[in-house]
Amino acid sequence: MATMRVLSLILSVLSSVTLLWTQSGECNNGRRSGEAVDTDFSGFSVPLEHSFEVDDVPRFSLRGVLQFRGGREHGVYLAQNQLSEKDRNTLKDVAAVDGLYRIRVPRVSLQADRQTERQAEGYLTTFVRACSLVESHLSDVITLHTDVSGCVVGVSIVTIPGSCRGIEVEDEVDLEVFNTTISVVAPVTAPVPETAPYIERMEQEMEKKGKNPQEQKSFFAKYWYLILGGAVFLMATSSAQTPPGGAREQS
Amino acid sequence: MAWLVVRLAISVSLLYTASAVFEDQVGKFDWRQQFIGKVRFALFDTHSQASKKLLVATDKNVFASLNSRTGDLFWRHVDKIGPEGHIDALLMYGQDAVVVTGNGRLLRSWETTVGGLKWETVLDTGSFQAAALVGVQDFVKYVAVLKKSAISLHDLSSGSQIWVENLPDSDTVQYQTIYSGGNGLVFVFGVVPNSHIVIVEYKIEDGEIMRKKSVEAAWMSSLESSCTVISSGILLCVDQITQSLYTLQLQSAEQTEIRQIHLQTLDLEVASGFQPVLTSTQPNPAQPPLSEFFLQLSPDHHILLQLKDGLIAPLRDFNPSYLAAFATSGERTVAAVMSPKNDTACSINLFSADTGRRHLDTTIIYHMDPNGGKPNRLYVHAFLKKDDSVGYRVMVQTEDLTLTFLQQPGRVVWVREEALADVVTMEMVDLPFTGTQAELEGEFGKKAAIQDGLLPMVLKRLSSQFILLQAWLAHLWKLFYDARKPRSSVKNEVTIDTLSRDEFNLQKMMVMVTASGKLFGIDSKSGTILWKQYLENIQPDSVFKLIVQRTTAHFPHPPQCTLLIKNKDTGLGNLYVFNPIFGKKSQISVPALPRPVLQTLLLPVIDQDYAKVLLLIDDQYKVTAFPSTKNVLQQLQDTASSIFFYLVDSSQGKLSGFRLRKDLSTELIWEVVIPTEVQKIVAIKGKRANEHVHSQGRVMGDRSVLYKYLNPNLLAVITESTDTHQERSFVGIFLIDGVTGRIVHEAVQRKARGPVHFVHSENWMVYVYWNSKFRRNEFSVLELFEGAELYNSTVFSSLDRPHPPQVLQQSYIFPAPISTLEATLTEKGITSRHLLVGLPSGNILSLPKMFLDPRRPEVVSEQSREENLIPYAPEMPIREEWFINYNQTVSRIRGIHTAPSGLESTCLVVAYGLDIYQTRVFPSKQFDVLKDDYDYVLISSVLFGLFFATMISKRLAEVKLLNRAWR
Repeated sequence: MATMRVLSLILSVLSSVTLLWTQSGECNNGRRSGEAVDTDFSGFSVPLEHSFEVDDVPRFSLRGVLQFRGGREHGVYLAQNQLSEKDRNTLKDVAAVDGLYRIRVPRVSLQADRQTERQAEGYLTTFVRACSLVESHLSDVITLHTDVSGCVVGVSIVTIPGSCRGIEVEDEVDLEVFNTTISVVAPVTAPVPETAPYIERMEQEMEKKGKNPQEQKSFFAKYWYLILGGAVFLMATSSAQTPPGGAREQS
Repeated sequence: MAWLVVRLAISVSLLYTASAVFEDQVGKFDWRQQFIGKVRFALFDTHSQASKKLLVATDKNVFASLNSRTGDLFWRHVDKIGPEGHIDALLMYGQDAVVVTGNGRLLRSWETTVGGLKWETVLDTGSFQAAALVGVQDFVKYVAVLKKSAISLHDLSSGSQIWVENLPDSDTVQYQTIYSGGNGLVFVFGVVPNSHIVIVEYKIEDGEIMRKKSVEAAWMSSLESSCTVISSGILLCVDQITQSLYTLQLQSAEQTEIRQIHLQTLDLEVASGFQPVLTSTQPNPAQPPLSEFFLQLSPDHHILLQLKDGLIAPLRDFNPSYLAAFATSGERTVAAVMSPKNDTACSINLFSADTGRRHLDTTIIYHMDPNGGKPNRLYVHAFLKKDDSVGYRVMVQTEDLTLTFLQQPGRVVWVREEALADVVTMEMVDLPFTGTQAELEGEFGKKAAIQDGLLPMVLKRLSSQFILLQAWLAHLWKLFYDARKPRSSVKNEVTIDTLSRDEFNLQKMMVMVTASGKLFGIDSKSGTILWKQYLENIQPDSVFKLIVQRTTAHFPHPPQCTLLIKNKDTGLGNLYVFNPIFGKKSQISVPALPRPVLQTLLLPVIDQDYAKVLLLIDDQYKVTAFPSTKNVLQQLQDTASSIFFYLVDSSQGKLSGFRLRKDLSTELIWEVVIPTEVQKIVAIKGKRANEHVHSQGRVMGDRSVLYKYLNPNLLAVITESTDTHQERSFVGIFLIDGVTGRIVHEAVQRKARGPVHFVHSENWMVYVYWNSKFRRNEFSVLELFEGAELYNSTVFSSLDRPHPPQVLQQSYIFPAPISTLEATLTEKGITSRHLLVGLPSGNILSLPKMFLDPRRPEVVSEQSREENLIPYAPEMPIREEWFINYNQTVSRIRGIHTAPSGLESTCLVVAYGLDIYQTRVFPSKQFDVLKDDYDYVLISSVLFGLFFATMISKRLAEVKLLNRAWR
């Protein structure tokens, strides 16, 4: 059974690591908060467990160990076991019946001053369809979400690609080693209304206007010729209209 | 130059979105109804015979004057919500109404004709006990206010305080009532429960204590409910346990013993478990009360008694009788008593108070609404007729908060449905087709028709055509008939029989659920109440959820709505199924819900009768399906693995996801826990099920497409920090996929505080919070995009969308507080969206979503101009012409409901609070409707003219050609 395995005996595969305080990518003005999370502890580890059963009753066993690095940026490494032959077969069976592959992590806090009460009771669980895990050849992305205080509030797993097309995975080797990307995501600080740049821009506009003498002129100064022309035209038309009346008078 | 272009762009975009009502459109497709709430005090203006005023003060902290002839409001003052604006007492004398509000905080005097404030006095602190008018020598000059530990006297004409005195031993004695009989003294009654009564006598001029005595009364626990003053200063009390009446002479120094009169000696008995009630009347505050009084012995037994020469004698026994009340007109005091007549009607009769004799021809028959509640309050307005006899009108308030005003011989003058002042939830349901439309629908709708064969189909077709012809002829005849009649007499009233869907489905049935448990069906076009149904035995703080299970689209099956009524404390719920068009209770058997309901889920799965399946999840995560026919269960088994739902436990900060199993049990599949020490979940919202998104992406300035992240399972979770310090408080925003539990986005708005209002729709979410640092309201908008490429353009599955969306966010200052927030909704989602912002001022602002676009650029570029993006400005404008309800403000706006109409340009809006306002909005103007002032004559004359011109010129050309050929 999976539970009988001893961590030290198995080959640990250090999978890829990275990415913290995840870039909010194209986020327009998502300025990162300057609030420093002052932590200087030397890291700790928590188990990452998984479960895949044909009868869909979760029985969790150890998948690997999450190692957190302290410091300003939460580094996380995942040391995980290879899947045994039996597990591989089970996983394929579960995939065949469209079962679920679940993972769970205990609720922990990554914050230094909470080390004493770091581990709250309870787990955070999530799932992915077993078939998509098989079809992606065990390449998954696990993300741990923390709240503002550094407490892990949620975990998510996706496989890339995420679809289930019913492709048979022949090669046993493809199902041995997890190719996992793991990251910790802290909440993004939402932007506040940006008054300073706006005012600056307005001032610049005003300055530009001030420099340009053309803009500063009054309405009459700018369009005097149009007004004059219009007035002349009006006068001309009104004087042109008078003759008929006069003519009638004469007749 | 660039700046000019920018301004031009802004003004053009504003021109595009500007939408205001023209003066001649006022009231054309909108209406407002104003309410007051449950009446606590009602006083008729008896000052003059012709007065139509009825002053009311209600539990919604509203003080208003009603026109007693029509039931309309003369004026209305809406005070603050909660105990601060609570109206403690209402007294009236002449033209003045004196109101004590806010647990004795303010004393106000109002002019009753126009509702103007005459004066206002701030009272000393202390919880309010009682207030009374005090008269001296037949003139009412003062008002006395009794607090827990002090009594104060104020001048009635100016409000100035004459004197204030502390009450003796106020820490042990509970002072509760006050009495003045116009003899220069004010009596204050206090009680030490189960020990003795304390009576303190104050001199009106200077507040000097004239006398203080205490009387043994071991049986007494509270004065307020069981004691009253009658005759010339005799305190009368009743006690249920000893089954006795007690009398005490107030002004005699000798009598320190209370006199006990056994009810048995009067051949009376109080019903067990009933607290007897004494009702006396003091027609003029400057004179002592009458010596007659009512004693209520059981819920339906009153007796009129009289105290004469120290002896109590019954004048008349009213058994059975529901309600009794005194009224005075001039010198005559009468008593009105409501007694049951038969199962559906009550009769109200007038009796003279001093003899108990019945006045002839004074019966008013009150018909009880079979769908309403029992009457529980009776207010009588007596007046003297020309022949010097007493006439009267009554206002009856029922349990379901209906005010009915009746006059002899039982004519209902007006009815007000005050339950509508507290609408909890509502839905808008399409009206059914007319008979002919339904006939056609039936012909093509039924699958059986296909099997009928050719000939029956032809016959059917002919018959339905014939019916149509018949209907058309009838319509023509009606038009002709109506045209001959003067216009005013043509009635266009909406009744439940003439209800039918209009051409553009603009008229709908508004199904409203009120806090008192009364349901209403209101025609959205006119605001007429078409049906009402009172559900009895509803707990006062129940939670309601209204679900439309079957719409009108499935003729001949009637539409079906289900109301889940849930007890807030126990969580136990029950279902009420009804037809939303006619308000009739459905005969469908409803599943019993023995366990608390945690969550409801309306599935798109339909049974053979086209009713959508409702899943109810109880606290053991067991699922009950309704309807639960075999067909439904089979369908559920087939689709079980794709049915997911979520539960929220905000006390533990836990969000959990479940999947349905084939045997209707569930399995936990994901869990997210937000620690409650840091933040608590305050609100959670998914997207509306009837929302359509027309375009999958947005075309950018460079002609590429930015695809929207349109996840129908996305939940927006709002949290607030437990730390309320202004520097450390924050609002958390979690966007969580409801199927996989994946946190799609997590953001923190720092230095922010609730209350948070938000709208979650399409690929965006807008929320409003209070910025505690800058002390202002701010809007923030989040938009989610998949990027330049779609992962899977054909179908969205939460299980197969591995890439996280790009999130754009921007914030703006909003220069006003906000009561509620909603977004417009249209049939196909082509029309641009507007946000409807309910302001505490009662206005509803229609704010174009265009202004809440996180892609608004800080610096204008060619591309952003191409895209029609408005340059970023930190402050959100509020324009008066954006107020969709012009001057028809909605007091205490609590919710806005939007519904699509048959026209893509038009969205129906109902705002409810203390008032109800219904209107239509056109976020992209009426692009699919001809204007009201469209010139049909001109266009048709031009068309005809052109037609004839071509005909004539063709003829002429032919003639000319012929002539030329001959030449």
